Amino acid sequence: MNITINGKETAIPENPDRTIDSLLEELDVSQRLYVTVELNGEILEREAFGTTPVNGGDVIEFLYFMGGGR
Amino acid sequence: MLTEEQIERYSRHIILKEVGGKGQQRLFDGRVLIIGAGGLGAPIALYLAAAGVGAIGIADADDVDLSNLQRQVIHFTPDIGKPKVESAREKMEAINPDVKVRTYKEWVSAANIGAIIADYDFIIDGTDNFAAKFLINDACVLARKPYSHGGILQFDGQTMTVRPGESACYRCIFPEPPPKDAIPTCSQAGVIGVLPGVLGTIQATEAIKFLLGKGDLLTNRLLTYSALRMRFREIPLKRNTACPVCGDNPTITEVRDELDALTVCDLKAP
Repeated sequence: MNITINGKETAIPENPDRTIDSLLEELDVSQRLYVTVELNGEILEREAFGTTPVNGGDVIEFLYFMGGGR
Repeated sequence: MLTEEQIERYSRHIILKEVGGKGQQRLFDGRVLIIGAGGLGAPIALYLAAAGVGAIGIADADDVDLSNLQRQVIHFTPDIGKPKVESAREKMEAINPDVKVRTYKEWVSAANIGAIIADYDFIIDGTDNFAAKFLINDACVLARKPYSHGGILQFDGQTMTVRPGESACYRCIFPEPPPKDAIPTCSQAGVIGVLPGVLGTIQATEAIKFLLGKGDLLTNRLLTYSALRMRFREIPLKRNTACPVCGDNPTITEVRDELDALTVCDLKAP
């Protein structure tokens, strides 16, 4: 199935058990423990990562901490 | 009233229909605070001074270090050891004697930030640590001061403008700072020297547009920049009703120091 990750359409294998949490692991997303996830335009609470399924057509943004400036 | 010399100095602004003499006067009357006189703060301070923003505050407790000069273009080799705010003030006044620069040789904290931001119309975050970034967000949201967030790391940067009560704030996206040392800093992970030039210039543009009251601010959008891929992206955002500071039931009602997040990029190893 296809989902859009950070603006890029991405094919991932069908897996009905996949959650946002397991997707982060599957894709080896950096800052995995701290990254903010926006799912279809809504910021997802971290507590919901483990129970929120990933569906075909989902638009997912990973928002990373960037702490530098000086 | 603009003098002949000022009309000449700002002529390229004044011929823009979005600026004109009136807009240039608005810049003169504008008061902008830059927190951090480093990578982001350097281009911000230089451009705001050149543009004729009348009152510019600049806050930083640090002194210029040799390792700063690869990116902090407001500081020169002979400035090493000098307070960054002094080094910055000298260059800003040399570019434009019209500008009043006020320096704050201190780190912002819960104890002093309210008094410092009170005098300004627009605040710019050019800091290098999450404690300061969250503090600036909270202080600006609570005081209803519009501000520009900026963050950089290695080849990547992000920026957004916050209009408290109207647009998403930093905590709408990142409710809490990451634990101390969870995310590398520039001194640990490096930063390409041109990166803060790009991001800081965008932040300065936002301050100028805000003062002019022209165009669309970078609100409800996080702009991300990858220098390696040479790509800008915009992630649409909206206010988060669960935001701890600007949401429907805020848990943060006064500024506090995020001590767990306190790391400072440029502090030398002991």
